Amino acid sequence: MEQRPYWNPYKAGFLLGLVLLGSFVLTGRGLGASGSFKHVVAAGLHAVSPTWTEENVSVGRFFADPSRASMDDWIVWLTAGTLLGGAVAVVTARRFKAETVMGPRADRRWRWVLAGAGGALAGFGAQLARGCTSGQALTGGAQLALGSWLFMLCVFGGAYALAWFVRRQWI
Amino acid sequence: MEGPLSVVLRFSHPVEMIASVLVGMGFGFALERAGFGTARNLAAVFYGRDFRVLRVMFTAIVTAMVGVYFLDLAGPVPLSTLGILDTFPAAQAVGGFLVGAGFIVGGYCPGTSLVGAVSGKLDALLFIGGLLVGTLVYTLGADTFAPLADAGGRGRVLLHEWLRLPSGVVVFAVALLAVGAFWAVGRIERWVNRRAAPAGQGPQGVPAGAAAAERRAP
Repeated sequence: MEQRPYWNPYKAGFLLGLVLLGSFVLTGRGLGASGSFKHVVAAGLHAVSPTWTEENVSVGRFFADPSRASMDDWIVWLTAGTLLGGAVAVVTARRFKAETVMGPRADRRWRWVLAGAGGALAGFGAQLARGCTSGQALTGGAQLALGSWLFMLCVFGGAYALAWFVRRQWI
Repeated sequence: MEGPLSVVLRFSHPVEMIASVLVGMGFGFALERAGFGTARNLAAVFYGRDFRVLRVMFTAIVTAMVGVYFLDLAGPVPLSTLGILDTFPAAQAVGGFLVGAGFIVGGYCPGTSLVGAVSGKLDALLFIGGLLVGTLVYTLGADTFAPLADAGGRGRVLLHEWLRLPSGVVVFAVALLAVGAFWAVGRIERWVNRRAAPAGQGPQGVPAGAAAAERRAP
C-alpha cells in the first residue's frame, strides 16, 4: 500500500505549535531533545565515577536528589514520548524504510562519517547553548526569549554558511 | 490560582511525567507528519529548494506565541509561571552556529534525529551516536567551557522588554514577519527550482509529493 503524504507544512506547523502551547499549559515547560542526551551521558559517567559526576558543573545537579533516579526527569520522559509518537506516525503512514538518506551524488561512506561528525558538532553546540532547535529555537522563540532568537539566527547562519561546502551530500 | 495545570492541580511526580510522555508523543507525531524524519526534507531548506522546515517552524512559533501571550494577557497562565530560557549571548551564538553546522553536515538536529531513527534512517542513528560523543566531550570539559557558557549572562530577557515595546506589538510584528517570510521563500523556491531542474521534472532531492503539496499550499 502506498504511504500517506506528508501534511501541508502550515498544517504541520500549526499542530506542532498547539503541542508546544499544550505543553506550556500542562506543565509550564516547552519541548526539547538535547537534554535527554545529556541525561544519558550523565548516567553513563555516573556509573563509571559517581563522585566526579556529582561534582561536574554541567550535570552534577542531576544527582542532587538521592531519592530519585537521575533519568527520572521530565525531558527523558518527553523524549520517550517523541520516539513513541514518531514511531506511531511512521507506521500509520507506512513510511518506515531502512536506508541511508543522501543526495544523488553523495558517497555512502562519507555520508556515514559526516552524519556522525554533524551529530558531534550539534551535541556539543546544544550543550553550550543550553538547548537545541526544539529547546531553544522553538520553545524560546515562542516565548520571545531574546537569547533564543539569537540562537535561531545563528543556527540558520551556520547552516547556510557551510551549505556550499557539503553540497555534494545533498544536491 | 493561576499557572500551568501541573501547578494549579498539584500534579504528583508520576502524573507530571505521564503528561510529558503525552506531550512528547504529540511532538514526535507532528515532526514525522511534517516530513522531518528524513534528512532529505531537512537539508533542502539550505539550498533554497524546499522551505518546508522554515514554514513549519515559523508557523509553530507564531501559533504557540499567540497562545502564550494571549493566556498571559487574559490571565490564566501568566508568563512569570512558565519556565523561560535565560539569555547567555556568547554561548547561544557559538552554540547556535555549531548546531547549524551539525545540521547541514549531518542532516538532522537532536529532535529530528529521534524521528529519523524510528523511520529507519541509518544516518539518523549515526547522528545520534555523534550527539552522544559531542555531549560527552562537553561534559568532560565542562569546567573549561563554563566561562564561555556563562559569559554575559543576562537572566530572563524577552524580546519586547529588550526593544522597550508592548508585548502585543512584538507578537504582531513577529507574525507579520512570518507571513512576509512565507511569501518570500515561495518566490525563492520557484526561482531555484526553475534553474535546478529541466522543464517537466520535479526538483531533485525533493519528493514529488512534497513539491506538489507545496504548490497546493495557500
